[in-house]
Amino acid sequence: MIVLIPHSLEEALSLLDQNPKADILAGGTDIMVEMNYCHRRPEIVLSLRHVAELKCWQRFGDTLRIGASVNYSEIIKSEIANLAPALTQAARTVGSPQIRNTGTIGGNIATASPAGDTLPVLVALNAVVHVKNIHREREIPISEFILGVKRNALEPGELITAFSIPIVRGTQEFLKIGKRNAMVIAVANLALNVDTKRKQVACAIGSVGPTIIRCVDAEKFVMSKINWDNLGLPDAQDYVAFGKLCSKAARPIDDHRSSAAYRSHAVSIMAQRALKRSIQDRIL
Amino acid sequence: MKIERNYTLHINGKDHPVESDWLGENLLYVLREKLGIWGTKNACEQGECGSCSVFINGVMTCSCMELSASAVGTKITTVEGLAPHGELTDVQEEMLNAGAVQCGFCTPGLVVAVTDLLETNSTPSRLEVKEALAGNLCRCTGYGRIEDAVFRISEKRAREQ
Amino acid sequence: MTRSKKNGNKGIGNSLIRPDGKEKVMGSFEYSSDLYHEDMLWGATLRSPHPSAKIVNIDTSEAEIVDGVVAVLTSKDLPGKPTYGLIMADQPVLCSNFVRFQGDPVALVAAKDTETCRRALDKIKVKYKVLKPLTDPELSETAAPVHPSGNVVRKVPIRRGNPDASGDVVVEGVYEMGSQDQAFLGPESGLAVPANDGGIDLYVATQGLHQDHFQLPPCLNLPDEKVRVHLAGVGGAFGGREDWSVQGHACILALHTGRPVKMSYLRDESFQGHLHRHPAKMWFRHHARKSGELVKIEARILLDGGAYASTSGFVAANAARFACGPYRVPNLIVDATAVRTNNHPCGAMRGFGAVQACFAHESQMDKLAEALTMDPVKLRMANVLKTGDKLPTGQIVHVPAPVEECLAAACAFPMPAESADNQDNYGLPGGAGRTVDRSRIRRGVGYAVGYKNLAYAEGYDDDTCASCKLVDGKLEITSAAAEIGQGFVTVAKQIAYEVLGIEDIVLKQASTAIIGSAGSSAASRQTYMSGKAIKLACQNLADKLISICAETHGIAIDALSLVNGRIRSVNGTIDLELAMVTTDPIEAEAHYSHFQTKKMDEKTGQGDTDVSWIFAAHRVVVDVDIDLGLVRVVQITTGQDVGNALNPLSVVGQIEGGISQGLGLAVMEEVISEGGVVKNGSFTDYLIPTFADMPPVEITMIEQPEDGAPYGAKGVGETPSLSSTSAVVAAIRAATGLELPRAPIRAEDIALASRNSK
Repeated sequence: MIVLIPHSLEEALSLLDQNPKADILAGGTDIMVEMNYCHRRPEIVLSLRHVAELKCWQRFGDTLRIGASVNYSEIIKSEIANLAPALTQAARTVGSPQIRNTGTIGGNIATASPAGDTLPVLVALNAVVHVKNIHREREIPISEFILGVKRNALEPGELITAFSIPIVRGTQEFLKIGKRNAMVIAVANLALNVDTKRKQVACAIGSVGPTIIRCVDAEKFVMSKINWDNLGLPDAQDYVAFGKLCSKAARPIDDHRSSAAYRSHAVSIMAQRALKRSIQDRIL
Repeated sequence: MKIERNYTLHINGKDHPVESDWLGENLLYVLREKLGIWGTKNACEQGECGSCSVFINGVMTCSCMELSASAVGTKITTVEGLAPHGELTDVQEEMLNAGAVQCGFCTPGLVVAVTDLLETNSTPSRLEVKEALAGNLCRCTGYGRIEDAVFRISEKRAREQ
Repeated sequence: MTRSKKNGNKGIGNSLIRPDGKEKVMGSFEYSSDLYHEDMLWGATLRSPHPSAKIVNIDTSEAEIVDGVVAVLTSKDLPGKPTYGLIMADQPVLCSNFVRFQGDPVALVAAKDTETCRRALDKIKVKYKVLKPLTDPELSETAAPVHPSGNVVRKVPIRRGNPDASGDVVVEGVYEMGSQDQAFLGPESGLAVPANDGGIDLYVATQGLHQDHFQLPPCLNLPDEKVRVHLAGVGGAFGGREDWSVQGHACILALHTGRPVKMSYLRDESFQGHLHRHPAKMWFRHHARKSGELVKIEARILLDGGAYASTSGFVAANAARFACGPYRVPNLIVDATAVRTNNHPCGAMRGFGAVQACFAHESQMDKLAEALTMDPVKLRMANVLKTGDKLPTGQIVHVPAPVEECLAAACAFPMPAESADNQDNYGLPGGAGRTVDRSRIRRGVGYAVGYKNLAYAEGYDDDTCASCKLVDGKLEITSAAAEIGQGFVTVAKQIAYEVLGIEDIVLKQASTAIIGSAGSSAASRQTYMSGKAIKLACQNLADKLISICAETHGIAIDALSLVNGRIRSVNGTIDLELAMVTTDPIEAEAHYSHFQTKKMDEKTGQGDTDVSWIFAAHRVVVDVDIDLGLVRVVQITTGQDVGNALNPLSVVGQIEGGISQGLGLAVMEEVISEGGVVKNGSFTDYLIPTFADMPPVEITMIEQPEDGAPYGAKGVGETPSLSSTSAVVAAIRAATGLELPRAPIRAEDIALASRNSK
């Protein structure tokens, strides 16, 4: 096995072009578990530790562009915490402080696990994934980037360099259910944005299907009922109805972590609660 | 840079050459089995227990989640590097005094984590302590004496200022 | 009996800092996984992926030629007895014909490093004929035998009083408890070093050196004296190191290759490499008077022992003996059975059968309280055992039995404040996941009491020895007692100081080569037994010194006494530091066994089986998000029968630690098997409590010293595990109004039932 350690993005892309089968090592929190337990034996590993360009983030007007190697702790400690509160809440629930210091959002996106905690947030924000190889750059909407369970749209020679999300005026919520109070893989998770400027509601759910699911019918329902001036709903039952529609969108399975029945139920409760918090439980 | 077999790691202020047939070794394994720096512990090797916590460039991380060869060019600090010349830091001292050590397997990782916590937050609340240390499992103590140790250290440091 | 506190803080009753603590906080303490030897090889094990199969053929040829591999062994290479076991030698060292659980060992490899071992294991080709596994213990008695010894390991009946007695009220229930893993942090590991005498030295983390040892000579085909087992640093045990893990394998590889061999399991192998707590199904019926007085208990307990017997027979006996709880019960019909299946083997875990029984009897007591509209604490108080009462086995409680005091103490603590946590609700159910809606939180309070035996029982020989040597003012203590984190090494020094007043004390590394058995660090017995042996050995040393002093000074022995580490004569003419009595090294030893216990009668279960008992009560407060079924344990209070807290801070540590394991079993811990295959054998999915899960614990130690115990101290290792789980479950039931007959409780057990009932 050989380990390649580039010191710039250009060098990384060039090495990756020459070694398209190389395994990418960003934070390492997914790949190292596989290697430690012999589920993977790479021949070539490309470490991104010293590629500084991937570690920065910038605000361009109403868009945040965050480098793929920005780790969860940096999200939590930086100004991003105010600009992207749901992403920050999601980051806070990932693993442990040790894992948050190392794990990257780019890695969370690339791994494309249905339980990836940042993914419902990114899907609800219609995030764009920036991908590059030595020839070209691409921008891929996140829903087209994640293709299935742990499958992504990267082609050989490509790296995720960054992702972009809008800065939303309004509220953002992220909720996650696990089997203990810390360090858990989500049994179900949910992200909800109520964008008061664009007058849009977006709701995405994770761990309840092979990929992250947008609750399109639930969104349409709420948007048809919501009073944007006073920010409320006409009927207390609307929250419950919203929850049920989100639950209907879910396609959960039974596994050793939980049951499909519980996951469906949990989605409806999380959705109701998230919506209540977002529009402050106002009945008009 | 390309590493195929040999590389050097900078640990606790010294350079350590490493020779390896298999570069898939994680930093935890190399520290312990190849370099004889045994203080960092190996309870799970899947990033779920914190017993392997070290500092890399001053940032706390699980050494089992670090590919050893990719740590070239960083400054690694293990529990052995926290106190000079065999003395104890106040973190280590108070963990002893507070009865926070039983089998001790989680202890080095916790010494690192508590050190890290108090650097960033010198007067944490109980819930902040719990959140900051939630990545360190302990099976013997039930955590109560460890939390107590954190408050003792925090109060002691406040008094000494 | 009064406790004497000497000058300074080195004697009993003080919270002396543990002598190995400095090394532990520095990272220099050597655990079994830190062992290293020049020229050593690594060993690794190939295990069956199937819960039940016939081995058709094993081809090791490709593995043998991997560069760096030194040996590949299968059952045909075993040097001696092919089976081992703590009680019954029914467990294969390496399987030859059949594999009986997922993880049964099939082959061994010795190679230059761990990666080479893994590659070699990948290349061993085993052809299995997969068989249908027996996984339902309720079918074991009638199913085809999993093992030639048959599927019933032991049946334990207890009968007392009038089987037809009845009460005004009857409550019944069927309860289940899942299998818990000890999840000690230190990996199973050890180093076996071939010796010049053709024998072997094994350095290993274990609970019992001699218990490991006696099984080795037959399997290695070596005489006893050529096999030596030495204690390496132990990273926790909780029952999971009573049975072999690497012991036999490491020695066999070392003897075969002629080189030292180190073995260390990763966490996934750990789940297969040691034995778990027995899962249980329990059918109970309680009869009581309107007043709450218990009249009769009928109980049937079924324990799934998995593929091999280990200590299952004793676990069943415990479950039977403690099935009724620490209450007066005049009439009872109890049957506990341990059976085999193709599930993972089960053995000792902190509480040893009494934890499962407690869950059933305490669940029943709460049901009874509800049926009688009686306060659950009052109901218990009306029935608690006291010293002098008769137990289900007919044995009289001859030691302090402060059940009432324990329960009163647990109840006496103020209730916690209504939750007022940081602004983002981190301290509420759901934690950082922020799922909570405060209006949907329900608080509940639960109570439970429990008990079990202290030390071994049923005539199982329990003795221990210790020796001490005084040289140049330094005291050297030798004991084979395994320090597993509980603080035995600390208390040993405190006891020695208490007797002799000597400060400079060293405990020699425990080893079978230098002293006889101390028994296992199990059954909460080590302070009680080896602590006593050390006390006696030190007293014998003192007697010898007094004797020498008397002879040297020509006075009668009676005229001398040992006070505060000095030998003083009645008239004051002699006042010597103990270490000054003679320049010669002086040694003394002691062998201690408690009174002989009896077996249980085969039909009635009657017999004086126990040496003593430990009692505990817990009260738990929980907040439950009733829509999502998420639980936050808010406070745990406890009264624990410790006899005498020889090192109060150590005792607090044991209690808090045991409670955290009890909490885990109530809400998150279970080894989940489907078709005999474990689905969650890793720390990702076998969840133990974190800092964020443990609430504050408030403790009252009830100190009613036991005569004959060293300084009155009972054991405390298992006391906090006995009823903590039951109390957490009781609190969740109180919060939700649900029956919840199974532990651990899952979120869906609450959320979906609540939904259906609204």
